[in-house]
Amino acid sequence: MAQGKAAVIRSDLDIVIARTLARDTAKNMGFGAIDQARIATAVSELARNIFLYAGTGTVTVRELDRSGRRGIEIMCEDQGPGISNIEVVMQDGYSTSRGMGMGLPGAKRLMDEFEIRSHEGIGTTIVCRKWRV
Amino acid sequence: MESLRIPILKIGEVLIASIQTALHDSSAVQFKDDLLQRIYETRARGLIVDLTAVEVVDSFIARLISDIASMAGLMGTRVVITGLQPAVAITLVELGLELPQVLTALNLEKGLAALQRQIEESSDGAR
Repeated sequence: MAQGKAAVIRSDLDIVIARTLARDTAKNMGFGAIDQARIATAVSELARNIFLYAGTGTVTVRELDRSGRRGIEIMCEDQGPGISNIEVVMQDGYSTSRGMGMGLPGAKRLMDEFEIRSHEGIGTTIVCRKWRV
Repeated sequence: MESLRIPILKIGEVLIASIQTALHDSSAVQFKDDLLQRIYETRARGLIVDLTAVEVVDSFIARLISDIASMAGLMGTRVVITGLQPAVAITLVELGLELPQVLTALNLEKGLAALQRQIEESSDGAR
């Protein structure tokens, strides 16, 4: 498995840098235009969460190869306040409510696999993947 | 970093802004403020925001577009969003953001025609 490339999130500019990194990687891997947009948009939502709720963190983009099946993995890590109730933030509608947009259910829908680990006071790690059809 | 300003052009009673770069959040907010100020200054009756070159519309930008349409509407200016790429339209619906309150058109030409029809209708009604 490739080492992956990381983008550090410190400002809103870095959100664009992270999603461009993901999009370029997806494009080079042969993902179609629609999947490229899905992946870039999911990364945009997740990177914004890091910026808004944790301040800083990293987005790492990796190419996966599982016995010939190719995919892209996005890992978002922060040492922010953590999410106290993951079930609540993963509820649809919660994301679209004004001012509270976590964007997590949206990002989950755009990807094939989505895992979230969070501990209050320690931080949040989200790993999501999309596979080439 | 200085945020890139998006040019806002005026043709007759209509303002046209075409987004050609990847918008980060603060430049997007600046764009919204610039648009509303230009509407106020020019008394424009219509506004077209062209997204032909935009490859990613996330929830933040979608909300901003929806806000621009509502705010311009309050000022009496009709807004049409043009040129959404297929991938952007698909992604927006999958995100659950269908922009229900926002008038859209396939391209700039159709958007301008739709806007002019609306402006004519509203001036007929006002007479």
